[in-house]
Amino acid sequence: MAAPILQIHDTDVFYGASQILFGIDLAVERGQTLALLGRNGAGKSTTFKAIAGIAPPRRGHIALSGQTLSGKPPYLVARAGIGYVPEDRQVFPEHTVEDNLIVGAKPGPRGDRHWTAARIYELFPVLAGMRHRMAGRLSGGEQQMLTIARTLMGNPDILLLDEPSEGLAPIVVRAIGDLIRTLRGMGVTILLAEQNMHFCLGIATHATVIDKGQVVYSDTIDALRGNDAVMQRYLAV
Amino acid sequence: MNLDVLASCFATASCAVTQVSTGLIVGMLLFLVASGLSLIFGVLGVINFAHGAFYMLGAYFAFLCFEQTGSFLAALVAGAAGAGIIGVLFERFFMSKVYGRDLLMQLLVCYAAILIFDDLVKILFGAEYKLMGMPESFATAPVEIAGGFIPGYYIFMLGMSLGIGLLLWLGINRTRLGKVIRALAINPQMVGALGINTTLLYAGVFGLGCMLAGTAGALAAPVRSLTPGMGLSVLIESFIVTVIGGMGSIPGALAAALLIGLTRAFGAIGFPLFVDGLMFALMGLVLVLRPSGLFGARAT
Ligand SMILES: Nc1ncnc2c1ncn2[C@@H]1O[C@H](COP(=O)(O)OP(=O)(O)OP(=O)(O)O)[C@@H](O)[C@H]1O
Ligand SMILES: [Mg+2]
Repeated sequence: MAAPILQIHDTDVFYGASQILFGIDLAVERGQTLALLGRNGAGKSTTFKAIAGIAPPRRGHIALSGQTLSGKPPYLVARAGIGYVPEDRQVFPEHTVEDNLIVGAKPGPRGDRHWTAARIYELFPVLAGMRHRMAGRLSGGEQQMLTIARTLMGNPDILLLDEPSEGLAPIVVRAIGDLIRTLRGMGVTILLAEQNMHFCLGIATHATVIDKGQVVYSDTIDALRGNDAVMQRYLAV
Repeated sequence: MNLDVLASCFATASCAVTQVSTGLIVGMLLFLVASGLSLIFGVLGVINFAHGAFYMLGAYFAFLCFEQTGSFLAALVAGAAGAGIIGVLFERFFMSKVYGRDLLMQLLVCYAAILIFDDLVKILFGAEYKLMGMPESFATAPVEIAGGFIPGYYIFMLGMSLGIGLLLWLGINRTRLGKVIRALAINPQMVGALGINTTLLYAGVFGLGCMLAGTAGALAAPVRSLTPGMGLSVLIESFIVTVIGGMGSIPGALAAALLIGLTRAFGAIGFPLFVDGLMFALMGLVLVLRPSGLFGARAT
């Protein structure tokens, strides 16, 4: 087994006095697309915020390629190679599409600049056609694409996508799914938080299920698909 | 009221030219101070009540440097840089501690800074008025336009402040740093998640705002007398400017500052005893007709 690129070890996260995550263990290997599945309020977004340095863990250890992330402020976590795409599509609404990409542009952790605006537009032809439009005027799906594209501009080692399909029409959800598959095909490592199990089938390679802030299952996505008990108990499918 | 004097001034080109040039100078200085105030508010969401103190610091830094070196260019740089550096320190050690706190708390921190800076200036330079005097390179004959005389330095000041305003606008709208700063004004958490050191950027923007005030102070030094507390009236006038122009808008600050400058210049002839009242009346009128100011409340 290859050494994981992102590793979360026995991590607790609190919001004030209330504990949200209980001893989370999670490992993502290079090239994997790991689905982090769980119901509403299970703690998926909190896990992402813990990784991103926005909700620092009170206990435990988070590392990227062996480098400790826990304790670092968000901007250093990002520079270390975490590409965090938060839920609810936080584009800069009064910036053009292109300016959103420009704000996200930075070299990767080893100084590499694989992703340029030109490459982004190749991958996201929709965005190419509206590069001078205000991001606030884009549709929900286009904004979701833009937030992913903007984070890619920072040349991350791993992409954290928090419910990219949330609140989008089925046809748009399919387009986002195709995009994630394409990224996976390009070798991008992805951690994908979802409630929607069906969205993850055919996209993710592996799955980790959390419930009430604890990891309850972890295996390949195919194994999860064959495990009705887990799916019914934790995912309400 | 001397309405007939005002009318005759409008009617004579020479008087009109002189008053317009005075108004423009007053306005452009105000514009520099107010755009710094507006920038800080637009990006950091705090009102720098100590802004006038940085105008004063700029003037005194320029005064000191001019005395030492005799170079007005060096004095300008010293005024801008001095106010900017002290602005960054003030932000790091004091202002940043009260972000997101009560407005009253921020007001108190700034008021303390005003008192301390005023007293420091008093200790170092004395309480009496100081005159820096006109740099020799500007001691030329005034330029005559339609019978009115405009000192060469006025034209320099006008050009400088317009140039700075343009650079600021271009910097904020056209450069990557400017785009990042505008994003910071809207969604700082997202900007941080994209790998940008928001703490550093806040300090930088605050320093830049103070630098604009300091530049105005340095530019004013040859034509105004320097005194501790000279920042207060400038602060109040820049508040009026930002209210009229719209908090956070640089073009708005320019338009409003020129409006105030011209109101002052012509008001001094027509309503010599009511110039300040005239400014507030103007502000009241704008507040009634356009509560968010002439240019809205965008951070651009
Ligand atoms: N800022 C906060 N303060 C206190 N509690 C919070 C905060 N944010 C989230 N929580 C709580 O933490 C728990 C986990 O929330 P989280 O957002 O991580 O869930 P999630 O799995 O992402 O859910 P969803 O699918 O709805 O996005 C929930 O019970 C939620 O109410
Ligand atoms: Mg969530």
